[in-house]
This record gives sequence, structure tokens and C-alpha cells, in this order.
Amino acid sequence: MSRGDGPLLSLENIYKFFPVRKSFFVAGTLRVHAVDGVSIDVPAGKTVGLVGESGCGKTTLGRMAIRLIPPDAGRVVFEGRDITTLAGEELRRIRSKMQIIFQDPYSSLNPRMRVRDIVGEGWRVHGIARGAEAREMAWRLLRRVGLSADAADKYPHEFSGGQRQRIGIARAIALSPRLVVADEPVSALDVSVQAQILNLLRDIQEEYGMAYLFVSHDLRVIRHVSDTVAVMYLGKLMEVSPAEDLFREPIHPYSRSLLSAVPMPGGALREKIVLSGEIPSPIHIPPGCRFHTRCFMAQRMCGEVSPLLRECAPGRYAACHFV
Amino acid sequence: MLRYIARRLLLTVPLLIGISLISFLVIHAAPGGPVEMATDLNPKVTAEARERLRAYYGLDQPVHVQYAQWLGRMATLDFGQSFSRDGRQVSEKIGERIPVTLSINVLSMLLIFLVAVPLGIYSAVRKDSWFDRISTVAVFTGFAVPTFWLALLLMILFGVKLGWLPISGLVSLEYDSLGPAAKVWDRTSHLLLPVFVSAFGGLAGFSRYMRSNMLEVIRQDYIATARAKGLPERKVVFRHAMRNALLPFITILGLSVPGLLGGSVIFESIFAIPGLGQLFYQGVMSRDYPLIMGALVIGAFLTLIGNMLADVGYALADPRIRTE
Repeated sequence: MSRGDGPLLSLENIYKFFPVRKSFFVAGTLRVHAVDGVSIDVPAGKTVGLVGESGCGKTTLGRMAIRLIPPDAGRVVFEGRDITTLAGEELRRIRSKMQIIFQDPYSSLNPRMRVRDIVGEGWRVHGIARGAEAREMAWRLLRRVGLSADAADKYPHEFSGGQRQRIGIARAIALSPRLVVADEPVSALDVSVQAQILNLLRDIQEEYGMAYLFVSHDLRVIRHVSDTVAVMYLGKLMEVSPAEDLFREPIHPYSRSLLSAVPMPGGALREKIVLSGEIPSPIHIPPGCRFHTRCFMAQRMCGEVSPLLRECAPGRYAACHFV
Repeated sequence: MLRYIARRLLLTVPLLIGISLISFLVIHAAPGGPVEMATDLNPKVTAEARERLRAYYGLDQPVHVQYAQWLGRMATLDFGQSFSRDGRQVSEKIGERIPVTLSINVLSMLLIFLVAVPLGIYSAVRKDSWFDRISTVAVFTGFAVPTFWLALLLMILFGVKLGWLPISGLVSLEYDSLGPAAKVWDRTSHLLLPVFVSAFGGLAGFSRYMRSNMLEVIRQDYIATARAKGLPERKVVFRHAMRNALLPFITILGLSVPGLLGGSVIFESIFAIPGLGQLFYQGVMSRDYPLIMGALVIGAFLTLIGNMLADVGYALADPRIRTE
């Protein structure tokens, strides 16, 4: 159980840079600012949706949250404990409490392993179950995610995309984690299958009570699953709001433009904001507010001063000078 | 699977006939024949004697008749008699050379594997590290250095300057008078340089291949999955990554089967090793048609078998192919 009433997971001022090589001979000093100072909390048992365009750093943030990649600066606090610099045996032990579901159900399952080994390897590693007991547990788990028990003896390539994603989910929840990072878990699936998987994820959350950090570029998906939504742009959070509030009335100009692009049920009209220009390169981030080059509300100071994420309404945070 | 193997084996027959026909024509098109090679430098040989020799070898017949006769003998696995002065059976001459070449090549394959696989894995896991860069330069240097040149330099260093190793042959002259332990060392010391030289050149290809396979596999999400499960890094690399990265190696192994027997003309000549490569070279120089054809057919057969073994092995190792 987490200590005190703090959130399950706290990311505090996290940074991640990737060096860019200019050429073979010159070791470049250029850096991609993948995640550029992000703080966010994931409460136990809740779902935080992380939304943004491709390349905005949401996947990188998700992987840092469960320490698959180390942050360059900032702290990762899990269950009240700083795990930023955890390594070796201690890191391995804590992994059973934090799992990940990947976007591509074709590359996330080892093609040379049977499903029962994919699902059960975590039990073996963490000394939870092996042999006949593990087989029994694998059958139960596979049935729980909507597969038949004989799936256990098959190989990943014998399944469709949706089925493979169910295997990925079974694997992720096998260790009863408290946090699951779902990295675009339905983006590679047909729309009809997407709904099934989203409902499965929701049912499992109710049953097991784990928290999701749900990464997606699809606003409809985010709306369907999230309690809280964080909107990310070029490595920084633009807005963090309860899902309901965000979709009713987005605060940040970027959130507003994003939502205006989503078709409304029944064809209802809403203001249409079309952004001009391209998303800037994450290597050369614009000074001041990083969104000002495309913002319809931009003033002179936006190009000079970077706005901080501040509470603009109760429980709602936005990083903009003019809201 | 058995039906598949049977079909592949049946297919090798027309392939072998095609390969042997082309080889036969090419060899006969080469300037000079066995009779010319043997008699041109001898002014005492008369024209009639040459004709008699030609008739004796059956070379007076048209080429297609010669091929048909050769093919007929091959059907009963009769490789024919060598044209060389000893006139022995080709199968016998090739057979006695096989153990030598095979043992050297198997040893050098083993050496390549033992070094290339860990090297490739480590380079991939520590990509762009100093180890990776230095080993890259080193293996490419090995790839670029001509075998004969390296062999000669090593002979000068270890054989002449330091006097640690013998420079040629398989055993010393006084081999028969040595004790058992000394005999073992004598053979080993004769093999060290040839095996090292023949392995050195192959190292580059194999280790780079292993490295790129590993890099390909390490990028996959299932490696991240394995880490997320809390597996120790050792298990992630060797259980999840390496096993997948080794799959394409089965193909390479199959393709190297003919090379195992073929031998290398260059280093067998330099180290004076009585192997198949040396025999083949002598056969070509004296236009010993039955010997050349015998060696070529064996090589072709091994290539086809090697390919088949690679496909079968791949299917056995990779569940994605197994069921199809």
C-alpha cells in the first residue's frame, strides 16, 4: 500500500534529452528535448490520460514513469519512494508493481516463446509460481482477458492483432501491478477491436484497482478512459484537467485547437481552430512559450517568457499567460 | 516435413545434372587439355603417341558423348580414374584429403563462432562504445588483410623469428618417433597458424552479422517487455535477445557447409597442407577432368544439401515458420 495519502506515482520535473549525431565524424552537441520539465501525479486506481501529437515525448515520459529508461533530471516517486536512481536487484523487484502495454502487439511478444511462458515468466522471475501452478494461473488469466485456455500452448504469431493485445494485457497484469503504463494500446487495432480492448482494460481496472498512465494521440480514446487528462506539446505539459472539464471547456489554446478537430456526436458545431504552420523541431525549441509560433492568441511576451503550469480554475492547470 | 525434405532431395537431381553439364563444358572450353599439359614440354613425344593417349582417355570422342559417358558412370557413383600419372580412382584421391580439410575448417568455424558471437553481442549491447568502435576497426582490418600476406607475416614471426611454431605441413618429419603427448602437441602446433589465418578473415562478416541482428532484436518491444518483467539484464540479453538474433545464423551455417569441405586453395598452398583445395588446384592445372568434375560435383551436392539443411533447421528453430 502506498504510504500516506500521496499519489501512487509522482513525476517531478522530469527531463530527457537525446543527443543527435550530426555526422559520423562530428559528435554533435545538438539534443532532442523529448521531455522538457514535466511534473505529473498518477493517483492510485485512477487513469491519467496523456495526449499529444506524435513526437511530443509522451511515450518517452511513459517509459520513464516505470524506469524503462532513466530520466536525465528530475525525480520519479513511486509509492512515496524515490526510485529515480534505483538499480539492479532493487529495481528488478519493484518492476513487478509497474508494467507496460505496448502499442505494437506484433513486436511486443517474443516470437520464440509460447504464450504461457510469455505470461508466466514474470512469476518465475519473481518467485511467485512455477510449473503446474503457473500453468493453472496462466489459464485463468488468459480466460480473464477473453482468450481460450488452449492459447497457452500457442505461439504469438498464431493470433490476430486484437488477440495479441489481449496477451499483452494478460502479461502486464500477471504480476498484479499497481501501475500500468498503456502506451497507445489500441492505436494499431481496428476500430471495432479498439472498443473491446478499451472495455477490457476498464473492467480489469475495476477488478484489480490498478492505476493507468494511458498514452494516446487519439482524443476519443483518451476521453473514454481517463479521469484526468494531461495535454503535452513538444515535451512540456500545456494543460492538466479532469477529463470531463477538459472536454467540456478546454482552457489552453492548444487544447482548444486539438478539441476543435474532433468531430462532435450528432454533427454539432463548435468553433473551429485551424493551427497554422508545422510543429517545430524538438531540437530547436522556440524561445518563450513553445506553442507561440502556432498559437492564435500569441502576443509579444509569449516569444520571450515561458509560461508556468498554474492552477487556472479549481483542479485545473494550464501553462498560458492569457487564461 | 518429411515430404518437404523428400521433394527437396528429388529436386537436387536435375539441379546437379545442370550444374555438372555447365562445369563439364566450361572445363573442356579451357585452353589446353590433359594430353597437351602432360606432353607439350617433351619434344620426344610423337603425334601418334598423343593420339593414342587421347583415345586412351576417351578425349577423341565429341564432347557430348564424353559427357554422356561421364554421366553414365556417375549414375553408379563411379567418379572415374584420375588422368594424372598415378592413375588412381578419383573417389579415393578425394576421400583421403577430406579429413584434413574438414578438420581445419571445422576448427576454424568453431573459432569464428566462439569469438564472433560474443563479440557481436557485446558490440550491439554497448553500441557506439569504445569497445564497439575498436572491435569494428579490428574485424574490418582482418577482413581487408589478404590471407596469404597475413599467413606469411605470421610464419615469419612465429616460425622464423620466434621459432615457436612450425611453418608448414601437418606433422614434423620425426613425428613417428615422438611420444603420445608430443604427438598431440605436434599436430596441434601445426594446426594453430592455418586455423587462425582461415578464421581471421571470416570473423568480420560473422561478428558484424551478429551485431546487426542483435541491434535489430534489441529494438523490439518484447525486449522492453522482458526488462519490464524484471528479468536480470543477463537473461534479457541471452534468453530473449540472443536466441532471436541467432536465427539467421542457421542460414549462414547451412551455406558454409560446402566451404567446410571445399578448403582454401590459398592457405593450403601456403602452409603446404595436403587438403582438398590443394588437390583441386593441382587438378585444374593439369586439366585432370575426372578429378575436377568429381570435386565440383561434391561441392555442388554439398551446397544443395547445405541449403536444404538450413531451411529445415530454420523451420525447426522458428515457430513462425514451423506451422506453415
